[in-house]
Amino acid sequence: MALASDTYIEKRACITGVGQSDVGRRLFRDPMELTLDACLAAIDHAGLTTKDIDGLSTYPGSLAMPPGFTGAGAYDVIDALRLNCGWYSGGLETSGQLGSVINACLAVASGLANHVLCFRSVWEGSAQGQKGRAAVMPSGGGPSKASGFMEWNLVFSAPSAATWIGMFAQRHMHLYGTTREQLAWIALNARRNAALNPKAIYTEPMTMDDYLSARMVSTPFGLYDCDVPCDGGTAVIVSRLDRARDLRNTPLRVEAVGSAIHGRPSWDQFDDLSTMANRDAAAQLWTRTDLKPSDVQMLQAYDGFSFLTMSWIEALGFCKVGESGPFIEGGERIARDGELPLNTHGGQLSAGRLHGYGFLHEGATQMWGEAGARQIPRDVEIGAIAAGGGNTCGALLLVRE
Amino acid sequence: MSDTAEVPFRILPKLTDRNREFWQGGERGELRFWRCQDCQYFVHPPSPICPMCHSKNLAVEAVSGRATLTTYSINHQAWMPGPELPYVVAIIEIVEQPSVRLTTNLVHCPHDEIRIGMRLRVTFEHHPDPEGDVWIPLFEPDPEA
Repeated sequence: MALASDTYIEKRACITGVGQSDVGRRLFRDPMELTLDACLAAIDHAGLTTKDIDGLSTYPGSLAMPPGFTGAGAYDVIDALRLNCGWYSGGLETSGQLGSVINACLAVASGLANHVLCFRSVWEGSAQGQKGRAAVMPSGGGPSKASGFMEWNLVFSAPSAATWIGMFAQRHMHLYGTTREQLAWIALNARRNAALNPKAIYTEPMTMDDYLSARMVSTPFGLYDCDVPCDGGTAVIVSRLDRARDLRNTPLRVEAVGSAIHGRPSWDQFDDLSTMANRDAAAQLWTRTDLKPSDVQMLQAYDGFSFLTMSWIEALGFCKVGESGPFIEGGERIARDGELPLNTHGGQLSAGRLHGYGFLHEGATQMWGEAGARQIPRDVEIGAIAAGGGNTCGALLLVRE
Repeated sequence: MSDTAEVPFRILPKLTDRNREFWQGGERGELRFWRCQDCQYFVHPPSPICPMCHSKNLAVEAVSGRATLTTYSINHQAWMPGPELPYVVAIIEIVEQPSVRLTTNLVHCPHDEIRIGMRLRVTFEHHPDPEGDVWIPLFEPDPEA
């Protein structure tokens, strides 16, 4: 039997603060310092101190490979800030980067913690140095062999998500007539928003010609369909709603979460390659709220590659599957003053690959009216945040109380 | 693929008892998968039980090597040593059970003739290796389709 939507326990959780370190293409700073800068900024922004933080959640946790993919693990930050935790978690096998935030929502809703520090930090810009992505790819010559999930793509010289996601985009074009000129609007919209974001990596104006004439990476993706590696940390505080009333910021209540995956958890074996696990995460989200896509006033949706944002727009029901091309074409609907402002900080395409958490940071910043020159003109009380792609997707629906 | 001078660098798979038949079937020109002997489901990537009926009664069987192109991407970026750029990465579905897909390379096909849905057949690329030679299954247009 379906539950009444107000009984879902994520509604007892809220976002109470956000923080971000310096962000740059290559900062050559200690990744731990960037992480802690973000964490302390978020705690302070919420009006809390480290003594109030009794939970911690992070994605993807401590990993050695690939270089720069993570700036700190859960234990690193618990120790560095001398936190006393009622609950903590760090890991990568979850519903995308926001899976770590969803976990935190459930932890506070179940009473394991009152204020959970959630963070994601990266230093991929510095790790790749001047050699770009190739610097952190598996290389030949050594004894290394492909195993695990990479066995089925590395052997075929397909190590990059650009190619895996490019194949989804190619199929979308085949099925629905989607064009590169439509895809372009994810990148062009991001760039015009980034121009108003002082932390964005790329801010110079970009035209359709710039987009179309950029070198190809893996069809249909050119350079500007691919996000830009960077260094930086982002943190958010997830609080129990009944412990958040007297804090500095109006709580952004978690109205619903989406964490589902129903197909095979695989990039190439998923049951329907015209969509992704975002299909299941988004459908689940809408079963946990009485709100509808038409109620949403802002969307911050992952653009590690441009097509992923289109896939989220469809999955979340802002248009029908197959119709995201016409939906974004021309860029008016998704502009800051459009009906569905999208990726208002510049996304990962122009503001840097902060890997999922940048969207939540931006969404909260907009809902608190703290976005400065890039503030959405309309007051945003209901916003959707979505991150991930392929088999790793999660979404949040936030409501300002 | 007889001339090894044409064979590009590849990172080879780590062979195990579970995947060996897949990667070495090409020695006899066979594309092989594990198949449930109770419900006839092809299981890929390999797993010790059938995901459909949970039987452990699995055996390796050769399929026809014929497949359909599900989607593709022409890769222009030098991520790592590999085939000459640009090369085609593809997802194919085998005709015996379309839910079995392979990420692979489409070869011997001019890029402007690639069509999603086109019929393909397997061709193998032999890589000698001290830990066991492997025959990598690539796909090319099927002239008999």
